[in-house]
Amino acid sequence: MDMPSPDARVMAKKARVIERLQSVLPTDAVIHDPAETRAYECDALTAYRCPPLCAVLPSNTDEVAAVLRICHEEEVPVVPRGSGTSLAGGALPTADCVILGVARLNAVLETDYPNRIIRVQSGRTNLSVTGAVEEDGFFYAPDPSSQLACAIAGNIAMNSGGAHCLKYGVTTNNLLGVKMVQMDGTIVDLGGAHMDAPGLDLLGLICGSEGQLGVVTEATLRILPKPEGARPVLIAFDDNAVAGACVADIIKAGVLPVAIEFMDRLCIETTEAFAQAGYPDCNALLIVEVEGSDAEIDHQLDLISTIAARHDPVEIRQSRSAEESARIWLGRKSAFGAIGQISDYMCLDGTIPVSALPEVLSRIGELTEQYGLRVGNVFHAGDGNMHPLILYDANKPGDLELCEAMGADILRLCVNVGGCLTGEHGVGIEKRDLMTSQFSTEDLEAQMVVKDVFDPKWLLNPAKVFPLASSQSRRHGG
Amino acid sequence: MQPTTEQDLAEVVRGVDEPIRIVGGGTRPIGEVDGVALSVAGLTGVTLYEPGALTLVAQAGTPVADIEAVLAAENQRLAFEPLDHRGLFGRGGTPTIGGMVATNASGPRRVAVGACRDHLLGVRYVDGAGQVIKNGGRVMKNVTGYDLVKLMAGSFGTLGVMTEVSLKVLPQVEAEATLVLVGLATAQAVEAMSVALGSPYEVTGAAQTSGGTALRLEGFDASVTYRVDALKAMLGKFGEIAVHEGAASTAIWRDVRDVAPLHKTKGDVWRVSVKPSDAPQVISNISPAAHLLDWGGGLIWMAVDGGRDIRPLMQDIPGHATLIRRETATGPTFHPEPAAVAALSDGLRHKFDPRGIFNPGLMA
Repeated sequence: MDMPSPDARVMAKKARVIERLQSVLPTDAVIHDPAETRAYECDALTAYRCPPLCAVLPSNTDEVAAVLRICHEEEVPVVPRGSGTSLAGGALPTADCVILGVARLNAVLETDYPNRIIRVQSGRTNLSVTGAVEEDGFFYAPDPSSQLACAIAGNIAMNSGGAHCLKYGVTTNNLLGVKMVQMDGTIVDLGGAHMDAPGLDLLGLICGSEGQLGVVTEATLRILPKPEGARPVLIAFDDNAVAGACVADIIKAGVLPVAIEFMDRLCIETTEAFAQAGYPDCNALLIVEVEGSDAEIDHQLDLISTIAARHDPVEIRQSRSAEESARIWLGRKSAFGAIGQISDYMCLDGTIPVSALPEVLSRIGELTEQYGLRVGNVFHAGDGNMHPLILYDANKPGDLELCEAMGADILRLCVNVGGCLTGEHGVGIEKRDLMTSQFSTEDLEAQMVVKDVFDPKWLLNPAKVFPLASSQSRRHGG
Repeated sequence: MQPTTEQDLAEVVRGVDEPIRIVGGGTRPIGEVDGVALSVAGLTGVTLYEPGALTLVAQAGTPVADIEAVLAAENQRLAFEPLDHRGLFGRGGTPTIGGMVATNASGPRRVAVGACRDHLLGVRYVDGAGQVIKNGGRVMKNVTGYDLVKLMAGSFGTLGVMTEVSLKVLPQVEAEATLVLVGLATAQAVEAMSVALGSPYEVTGAAQTSGGTALRLEGFDASVTYRVDALKAMLGKFGEIAVHEGAASTAIWRDVRDVAPLHKTKGDVWRVSVKPSDAPQVISNISPAAHLLDWGGGLIWMAVDGGRDIRPLMQDIPGHATLIRRETATGPTFHPEPAAVAALSDGLRHKFDPRGIFNPGLMA
């Protein structure tokens, strides 16, 4: 993955830029010692690293605005950073950039139960938003698997999803307003506690713009009353295609589960060895969770089990208690960790129409043969969001490149069957150069003119999302 | 002008050198636009429908009713309950799916499942240069590139001419019931609706009309019965509660959706969006001739006499007011934006439509 070479003009004025940033921030909020800036050299896409020019940690919106005004005047690129959990390299620095971390913006500003909203600073972690309201019976719905660490700022930048978005939607469906600082230091409020936009839906545009249009410092989020309860059923099949057909039948029957998760044999066996969740010996496994009162849950799980029984399952295991639910989820929740125990892996994130599942899994099987790399499939089956995990050896020369080439083939396959490159992780640098397989030149241009409006100098997170060749004429320093 | 293919429509746009007024079924005449009419009503048909994937793709001119019929055959629906503006404007015509998206038409179920924009998965549109652009797609989770899909929803045809839309659909429900509390003052009604919406019983409609404060529950038969009882117990302190089931319940929400209580009123009709707890203050400040609260109080429909501009009366209450049906009011249709936000909106319109030919002045 190429990154643009650092702008020599910026590198030459490093001392002045740092001095100016120090003039508007507390001493400990400007990090420029090379030993310390290394902490910001990568995000969760650890294969790519580059220490930034410096990192700043402002504590309020005015400090963010002051930093951006200076960087705008000095024409220094800025890479916003939430908690650095991006799997797509969304917060990867360049050597000539200032990392703007929002970690110190972590306060809850307002909780309002009658209006069912919470207003937080954007560096607050996803799980701690729910933590602030759960004692009063509420929760914040989007639940990316990194929710213990990931920041709301990053969730907004990537429009993060999670396992429960079949019912509750993703970040954009639960975001009501933001306070945002533009690259030139202008502070704007978009949306608020009310439910829709007055004019053009700029809020909808900001969400998922990967930190390229502005730096969000505050967010107004919808909170929801916690359901009375939730329990899953585990359904095991001998065949991937049958599992896929069962998912479609459940949905067609009018049940709307809160989550439908899929695992293939490699994932089942690996997690079983790691976590001993007691999963059956099978080729494909579904975990379907529903919510409501005990009686409502039983009714829905019975319906789902009846549908599943028509598909000749190996086993149907309906949870009757919190303990049984935890055991059913144990394997799924350990899946990524379990795979990580046996190998390095790259986690993909393409989405496909659910109907294409059998075809896509069989094509991935063919690619496995072709590349000689193994793939485990974990998958939000209700919404078609796949997470193929390609296993490789980081210490073996050429293996990462082979893995990336295979990943690109899988993602192109997702696009070809009517899906997309990324369902919830974002484009970042990882899928940047594949964008032309999903979008025409005109489609990409229509997106890039949006950045022209918000950030005419292309200083905010400039080398992400768009293929370098497509954005070259706009970016500073090439 | 009524092209029948996307390519022809793009050619029309490339060829014109005067302002265009974009129309679908012409049933939502919100705001005033001068220009030669360009209709998308010739682009019709459902291009893809996968009930098992909860997705439907249709040409922009497809009648909403046709789409609802196709969905009903598979026991599914447009869950955001798009309102039909014909009653409010006292006119006929055939609402189209493109007009629904362009106005982000969303009904009472918005409080539970989101607005039209939340169900819009993808668009194809012709931009101001006459190029066909696609964004989003036909899958439910998609963060590939910028989300121009949300931007197009509710853009009232000022950014491009939509030719095809892709929507998330949801299952139809087995049963519904509506609890009605009678005689509550506005503040009490909003409080009751907040209690209900803050309960775990999945309220899918919360509105106040002259007929009372209505709360809707939907789902499997036994589940609705259970939740009706649970919610009744929870709301007992607000007074007597009547329960309407089946068709009687459906009729209540059809009227709320289409703002029926304001159909026969005189004067201007405004649509005000605020946080629910501010609704009583807004109504007290403005004293409308007639009004209806939806979205638990977050959406206020008002009939206002005498051409009064209600925006100054909102004072510093955060939110916005749109002049939906203009009789004598003279102000702008859309709520004026702060300068920095207006600069962004203007910048986008200029980039998408450099010649300024699409519904010029409608939103600015």
